[in-house]
Amino acid sequence: MKLITAVVKPFKLDDVREALSDIGVSGVTVTEVKGFGRQKGHTELYRGAEYVVDFLPKAKIEVAVADTMLDQAVEAITKAANTGKIGDGKIFVTDLEQVVRIRTGETGEEAL
Amino acid sequence: MKQLLSIFILFALLGYGDFSFAETAVPVPPAANKGDTAWMIVATVLVILMVIPGLALFYGGMVRAKNMLSMLMQVFVIFSMMAILWAIYGYSIAFTEGNAFFGGLSKMFLKGITPDSLAATFSKAVYVPEYIYVAFQLTFAAITPALIIGAFAERVKFSAVLLFMFLWFTFSYLPMAHMVWYWTGPDAYTDASAAEAATATAGFLFQKGALDFAGGTVVHINAGIAGLIGCLMIGKRIGYRKESLAPHSVTMTMIGASLLWVGWFGFNVGSNLEANGLAALVFVNTLLASAAATLAWVGAEWLLRGKPSMLGGASGAVAGLVAITPACGWSGPMGAILLGLVAGAVCFWSVSMLKGALGYDDSLDAFGVHGVGGIIGALGTGIVASPSLGGTGVWDYVAGGVAEYSMIGQITSQAWGVGVCIIWSATVSFIAYKIVDMLIGLRVSEEVERAGLDVSEHGETAYHI
Repeated sequence: MKLITAVVKPFKLDDVREALSDIGVSGVTVTEVKGFGRQKGHTELYRGAEYVVDFLPKAKIEVAVADTMLDQAVEAITKAANTGKIGDGKIFVTDLEQVVRIRTGETGEEAL
Repeated sequence: MKQLLSIFILFALLGYGDFSFAETAVPVPPAANKGDTAWMIVATVLVILMVIPGLALFYGGMVRAKNMLSMLMQVFVIFSMMAILWAIYGYSIAFTEGNAFFGGLSKMFLKGITPDSLAATFSKAVYVPEYIYVAFQLTFAAITPALIIGAFAERVKFSAVLLFMFLWFTFSYLPMAHMVWYWTGPDAYTDASAAEAATATAGFLFQKGALDFAGGTVVHINAGIAGLIGCLMIGKRIGYRKESLAPHSVTMTMIGASLLWVGWFGFNVGSNLEANGLAALVFVNTLLASAAATLAWVGAEWLLRGKPSMLGGASGAVAGLVAITPACGWSGPMGAILLGLVAGAVCFWSVSMLKGALGYDDSLDAFGVHGVGGIIGALGTGIVASPSLGGTGVWDYVAGGVAEYSMIGQITSQAWGVGVCIIWSATVSFIAYKIVDMLIGLRVSEEVERAGLDVSEHGETAYHI
């Protein structure tokens, strides 16, 4: 199993959710986050005082998938979140050792 | 016989009475004009609206969220405290006869004032009830100290603020109000020698001929200078020019500025004390100057910084209102627009460039907007009041007409007002800050400043989201 962590533009969140649903992913976790990458922040000016806003708001999506689903899921997220402009975000993939469905106690891929 | 005689006397008296009534009217005791009274009640409410919640939200929006309540609370409590001090001794010291700098104590605790007591207006034999005059002037005395807190926002102890305001109100606001505004009223100005005698009892700057219709000097320069001295003595906020100290809600600031704008019609037009044609001129001047200053500030910002900002718009409106305040009863509408344009542009320069160059942390620009705008307005009054520029000139109560106008002479009088106010307020402020610092300390600890004044000083949080 793999854990996909995707950081995307907040307004692309709905598109990503739909794309994942379409390929049969049944659940995701979303967090509002801030960060920086190659996309630079912007400056705000208040009565002449200039503040550089380095950390831009992004949406972080966490999805656990079976190994066989990985490529399809990564592709779906990449397509859905792409605008072609700087700041589209990144996708991180890590190994996932165990998953437990709390209600039933099921484990592994059955719990996904 | 005795009865007959008494009937005869009665007839004679009645006849005499009738006769005399037809010949010379029995003098009617002076009474307040009902229309003027109604207007003054409304105007007083409008000025209260400027302070709570207008000024409180205007300032509150500009601080960080962790200090929001400290701003609201300081304005709210200062307002209440000044109201009580005004009734105890403030009104008496400001508005009774004394020397040229301080009034007397004869009306302490509002002694001797009844519903029938009258206060003079700017027309002979026209009066308003003294109680509403007391209340109207109370609101001025309450907003002025509250303006100062913008200069040292986000870093001063609540107790220190209150003690400072008590000292500053007593030794700077009251004498300035007496110096600029105290006079006996127009009725005494019957001939040249009576006028001279009446003027001799007036406040120091009134005698100098300094014009201040609604408080450009008494309120705005006075508060602005106290703010400047404060932020110089207290020092910068932690993280100034290093961390983000950006306003937490420009939305709140816009609401506050708009309430200030609306309330200012009570402040300026109410200062006319009568609901007449001049009041209408004051209204138009107040409206046009603030609109012009908004455009000037936003325009300057757009041109020099690339983007027109809402905070700039709100600041510009307030700068224009400050600048027209001393001039609003003597300027013409075009003079008001001119004054507004100059104030908007110069105040923008003072907060975005002058402050940075000199390096003081006037958090919310109490000096940059109220001090600088007040000085522009006070000196500008000498220019725009000129009848040759569409102003009304200065009324001569003895001649019953507009006096001959000397622009140089009037600007000199205005400079007296500005100079005395700067020196007086700076001196009193310096001493008062020193006393407060010795007694309770002005500044909160670094830990408290980092955590925010709301939770540390007031034990509550503005937003639970």
